[in-house]
Amino acid sequence: MNNGKDHLIAVTGLKKIYRMGDVEVAALRGVDLNIERGEFVAIAGPSGSGKSTLFYILGGLASATAGKVLIDGKDLAGMSDSERTRVRRELVGFVFQKYNLLPTLSALDNIGMAQFIAGKPAGTEGWFRQALDLLGVGHRLQHKPRSLSGGEQQRVAIARAIVNQPALLLADEPTGNLDTENSEIVLKLLRDLNQKTGQTILMITHNPEAAAYAHRTIHMRDGRILESGA
Amino acid sequence: MTNKLVIENLKHRWVRTLLSAAAVGVQVTMILTLVGISFGMLDDLGRRSRGAGADILIRAPGSSIISLSTAPMPEKILDFLRTIPNVAIATATTVQPMGGTNTVTGIDLDAFSRMSGGFRYVKGGAFQKPDDILIDEYWSRQYGLKVGSVMKFWNREWNVCGIVEPGKLSRVFLPIRLAQELTGNTGKITSIFLKLQDPSQTAATIAAIKQQLTDYQVFSIDEYVSLLSVDNVQGLKWFIYVVIGVAVIVGFLVVFLSMYTAVLERTREIGILKSLGATPGFIVGILLRETVILALTGSVVGIALSFATRWAIMNLVPGSLTQMIVPNWWPIAAGISLIGSLAGALYPGWKAARQDAIEALAYE
Repeated sequence: MNNGKDHLIAVTGLKKIYRMGDVEVAALRGVDLNIERGEFVAIAGPSGSGKSTLFYILGGLASATAGKVLIDGKDLAGMSDSERTRVRRELVGFVFQKYNLLPTLSALDNIGMAQFIAGKPAGTEGWFRQALDLLGVGHRLQHKPRSLSGGEQQRVAIARAIVNQPALLLADEPTGNLDTENSEIVLKLLRDLNQKTGQTILMITHNPEAAAYAHRTIHMRDGRILESGA
Repeated sequence: MTNKLVIENLKHRWVRTLLSAAAVGVQVTMILTLVGISFGMLDDLGRRSRGAGADILIRAPGSSIISLSTAPMPEKILDFLRTIPNVAIATATTVQPMGGTNTVTGIDLDAFSRMSGGFRYVKGGAFQKPDDILIDEYWSRQYGLKVGSVMKFWNREWNVCGIVEPGKLSRVFLPIRLAQELTGNTGKITSIFLKLQDPSQTAATIAAIKQQLTDYQVFSIDEYVSLLSVDNVQGLKWFIYVVIGVAVIVGFLVVFLSMYTAVLERTREIGILKSLGATPGFIVGILLRETVILALTGSVVGIALSFATRWAIMNLVPGSLTQMIVPNWWPIAAGISLIGSLAGALYPGWKAARQDAIEALAYE
């Protein structure tokens, strides 16, 4: 039920059980979650709360054990590996704690690779040029990751994540490896992106200060959502 | 963009790239050197056989066309052959080993000279004394021998009495009687050469000879030279196949190890590509393209190295083997290395394609 709201993400009864030898570990124990298009949502919780598992399932990197996961109307729960690969290509952009840029390619080619995989022409014209200006990395695109600071690498990673205009930007502890100054820059950028382009963002964090940049924060513990508040 | 990633990956680990290409190159060189020596030896033998000036060659029943030595035929056959119509000259040789793969050929100098048109002496002249030998220019150059130099074989010292132009049957000659006597082969010969009065009647003459010498191998020189191919030499073809097999295994292992290491090293990068939506086929494709570049680069290196092995054989092991450069085999050797390399990349590629994206992204 969307209650008339435009839900980009609608999760119902989501369970994920990992099997480690003979032992079963329940990472998600029945998660219900709705996120509207254009929302900036933070998911907070301690280690082992299930937030990363939720991140991976929403990003199509892992499959669900049970439940329903609708993203932009597509149910990820019953998808095959190749279908989830298509979801990652077409609907989702990732930003990771460790930046995860391809080390052998320049910043520009990292972005170009995302465009290439998505079957889109390479280029930084139009709105994306403005986005690069907003991110402040337009002049550093010819450099390889090893020549960029952590903050610059993370901003390039954000540029790569949004270049194909995904419906959902997933960020996993995007400031986890950054100092305070760069953390603030990155969080402001995410907020500006959300405000100026309407980009839906779901950010995993254990940092309350980072979570404060989002419209609302969802708290998780032991594989369940405890509360969702502004 | 894929090619850019492939090239950058290869450049990023340039030492491994160079070593892998060099190892594939060694594989290609192994093949090209072996094939080059096989072709070179047979070609050299063919040219020198033609240089004898004979029209017909007769060898013992069951003997290989390139057997380097032994004297399995009775010399008395010569008397019979001289009675065959159209035979102008019948002369024999005995070929005996003198160490390693080298042989010395015993000839009847007078008959051989009449048949071949005679040696052209670059220096010195014909046999004069019992310990005299003739060598050709190639042998002289390879071993640095001059007229008056001493060669040692069969526990004897031999005096180089003359240096002749190359291309006539052999490279080292001595009188046939002496060769037979010293090797315990008195009355026995290795090959018989016939010069015909009318070479256009070669086929008819061969037919006449075969009526009497039914089991003997009787060839026109043209036929004999045409038989000097890898396919017709017992064991040589299989020897080449075995070396090619070894080369394929070497290439397979080199690329397997290289690509397996690359996949392990790039686990996180594979995870990144998967997070971007790359399909397993895309990831395998990157590895296969890298493999193709390694194999092709290795092939070029291998071809270049085959020139180096030829130079080394010519200059470091004098008078031993003749290696030809066989361009026809370049694409074959490259294709063989490519097949071995691609086979070596299959398992690492499969492993990369099946890599769990989450584990890959967490890989340190």
